[in-house]
Amino acid sequence: MSTPNGVMAGAPAVAARRRPSSTLWPTLRAIYIIWYRDVLRFWRDRTRLLATFAQPLLYLIIFGTGLSSALSGSAFGGAGAPAGFSYTQFIFPGIIGMSVLFSSIFAAMSIVWDREFGFLKEVLVAPIDRSAVAIGKALGGATQAMFQGLILLLLAPVVGVKLTLMSVLTVVPLVFVLAFALSAMGVAIASRMRSMQGFQVVMNFLMMPIFFLSGALFPLGGLPGWMTFLTRIDPAAYGMDPIRRVLLDGAGLPPAVLDRMGLTIGGTILPIIGEAGILLAFGVVVLGIAVRNFRVRD
Amino acid sequence: MTTAASSDAVISVQGLAKHFGPVEAVRGIDLEVRPGEIFGFLGPNGAGKTTTINILCTLLHATAGRATVAGIDVEHDPAGVRSRIGLVFQDPSLDGQLTAQENLEFHAFVYDVPAAERAARIASALEMVDLTDRAKSVVMTFSGGMKRRLEIARGILHTPDVLFLDEPTIGLDPQTRRHIWGYLSELPKRHGVTIFMTTHYMDEAEYCDRIAIIDHGQIQAVGTPDELKSMVGGDVVTITTADNAAAAGEIAVLAGSDPIADNGTLRVEVADGAAFVPRLVRETSVEVTSVAFRRPSLDDVFLKLTGRAIREEEAGSTDALRMMGRAWMGRGQGR
Repeated sequence: MSTPNGVMAGAPAVAARRRPSSTLWPTLRAIYIIWYRDVLRFWRDRTRLLATFAQPLLYLIIFGTGLSSALSGSAFGGAGAPAGFSYTQFIFPGIIGMSVLFSSIFAAMSIVWDREFGFLKEVLVAPIDRSAVAIGKALGGATQAMFQGLILLLLAPVVGVKLTLMSVLTVVPLVFVLAFALSAMGVAIASRMRSMQGFQVVMNFLMMPIFFLSGALFPLGGLPGWMTFLTRIDPAAYGMDPIRRVLLDGAGLPPAVLDRMGLTIGGTILPIIGEAGILLAFGVVVLGIAVRNFRVRD
Repeated sequence: MTTAASSDAVISVQGLAKHFGPVEAVRGIDLEVRPGEIFGFLGPNGAGKTTTINILCTLLHATAGRATVAGIDVEHDPAGVRSRIGLVFQDPSLDGQLTAQENLEFHAFVYDVPAAERAARIASALEMVDLTDRAKSVVMTFSGGMKRRLEIARGILHTPDVLFLDEPTIGLDPQTRRHIWGYLSELPKRHGVTIFMTTHYMDEAEYCDRIAIIDHGQIQAVGTPDELKSMVGGDVVTITTADNAAAAGEIAVLAGSDPIADNGTLRVEVADGAAFVPRLVRETSVEVTSVAFRRPSLDDVFLKLTGRAIREEEAGSTDALRMMGRAWMGRGQGR
C-alpha cells in the first residue's frame, strides 16, 4: 500500500487527510520493525551469542558426561535401550529446549530493560497499535531463541546423535513453536514488570521450575503423582518431548524406548502434532494477555 | 474560551485534571497554545509539568477535562494525536546499541515516513543537529548533549505539528544547553512546528514566546516573559540588614508593600529602585548591610506568584541523580 495522503511537509496540517487510525497494514509494518530491531541487536551482540552457547555446552559435556558415568551401571533408558545409548544423548534435545527456554525469557525481559532505559517510550508514543509491540517482541524473542536452540544441532555429532535431513526439517518448526510460546509468555510477564528487580523472582520461581519440570533432564514417566501433575502443566514439557522424539527417532532409537520416555496424559501418548498444538494454543493465549496489558493506559 | 480562539490553537486544554489516588498532580488547567510559538511550562519539580505533557501526548488518561492537540481530542483519537506530535523526553529514549542513523530509520519507519523520502529526511535531520559525521556511530558512545540533539532530530523527522520537550536540557552543562537552544529556537521558523516545553530553569524560559507558570498542579499566570515581568511592577530590591525581622516592618512602610524573606535576604518591589535605596539607608533604624536592585526576572515573578523561589539547589540534586542514572545506563546498555 502506498501512502495515499502523500507528503505534506511544510503545508499547514489543519486539513491533512489522515489515514484511518487503525488498519492492519501499519500494525504489520510496526511488528516487522520491532522484530527487526531485536534481531539487529541480537546479531550485533556477539558476546551474548557466545555466552549463551557456553551454558548448554557445560550441561552437555560436564553434567551429561558425569551423569552418564554415574548411571552406566544402572542401564539408563531401561532394558531395550541400544547399548550405545547414553544419558548425554538423552539430554541433548533437552539442552536444546533449555537454551530455547532461557533465550526466550531473556529476550522478552529486554522489554523491562527498554522500559527502564527509555526506548520503550519511543515505541509506546508512536502512532501504532500497542498489539504490535507485544507481537513484535514475541516474534523477535522467538527468532533469537530459535537460533540459539538450533545452533546446538552442530554439537549433535560430538554427542553421538545422528541427524537426518528429515529429523532436522521436522525439528525446526517444533523449536520455533516452543520459542514462540515461551517468548510470548515472557512478554506477558514483562508487560507487567516495572523494574529489573522482579527479574530475579521470575528466574527463581518461574524459569527454573519450568526447566526442571520440562523433562529436559529426566524422563517424565513413573514420577510421583504431585510431580506428574506439575510436569503436565509445564508448557515447556510439550515442546521438549516432540523435539526429543524427532531427534532420537532420527538417531535410530527404537520407538518402544521412545514411547516409554515420552509425555503421557492419563496413560495415553500424545502425538507430536497434538503436543505442538497445545503449545501453540498456550502461546496464543499468553500473547493475547500481553497485548491486553500493553493496551492499558493509566 | 471562545470558539474562535480554540479553532486556531494548536493545543487547547480545558479544565484538565489528573489524580493519582489521593494525589492531585494536575488540578484544572486551561491553556491555549498558538501555531508556531515556543510555549514554555515553567515550574518546580513535582508541579505537574510532566503529568500534563504525558496527558497531551496520550501516555496518560486525564481524570477530568478535555484536551486537543492539532485539533484532535487526546482521549478519542490517541493514535491520531501521536501521528501529529514529536516528543523529546526527560530521559533519553534512544536505543544505545543502534547507530544514530538506525535510530532515525526505526523512527521514520514507525511513523510511516514515505520510503522514497526517508534517506533524505534522515540526512537533513542529522545535518541540522550537526551529527552527520556520527551517523554510523553507536549511540552508546554519544555524550548527553549529542543524545539530546539526536532526539531533537528524531522528534521532527516525521514533520509533526507540535514538538513536546520535557526538560530538554536537564542534566546538561550550560554551554551544551545554549547549544541545544540554538537548534530549538530555529525549529518554528524552519519547520513551522509549534514547541511545547517544560523547564525549571528560569533563564531558559526567557527563550520562550509565552510562558505558563505552574505550581501545585495549577497555572498561576500565562504571558510573554515581558508581560510576566511587568506583573512584578518596577525594580526588585534585595536587602540584607543586621536584623531582617525587625527591619521588615519599616521596609514595608517605605516600599508600600510587604517584603518577602528569601534565603537570609528581604526582597521588595518598588517603582524606582534608584530613588528607593538612599531613602532606605537614611530612614531604616536597623543597620542595612547590603542592598542591590535590578530589573525583575522570571524568578521574581515566580516568587511573587507562589511566595517562594524555584531553588536551583533542588534542581541540582535531582540533576545529579539523573546523571548517575545515565552513567549507569551507559554501562548497562553495553551489557
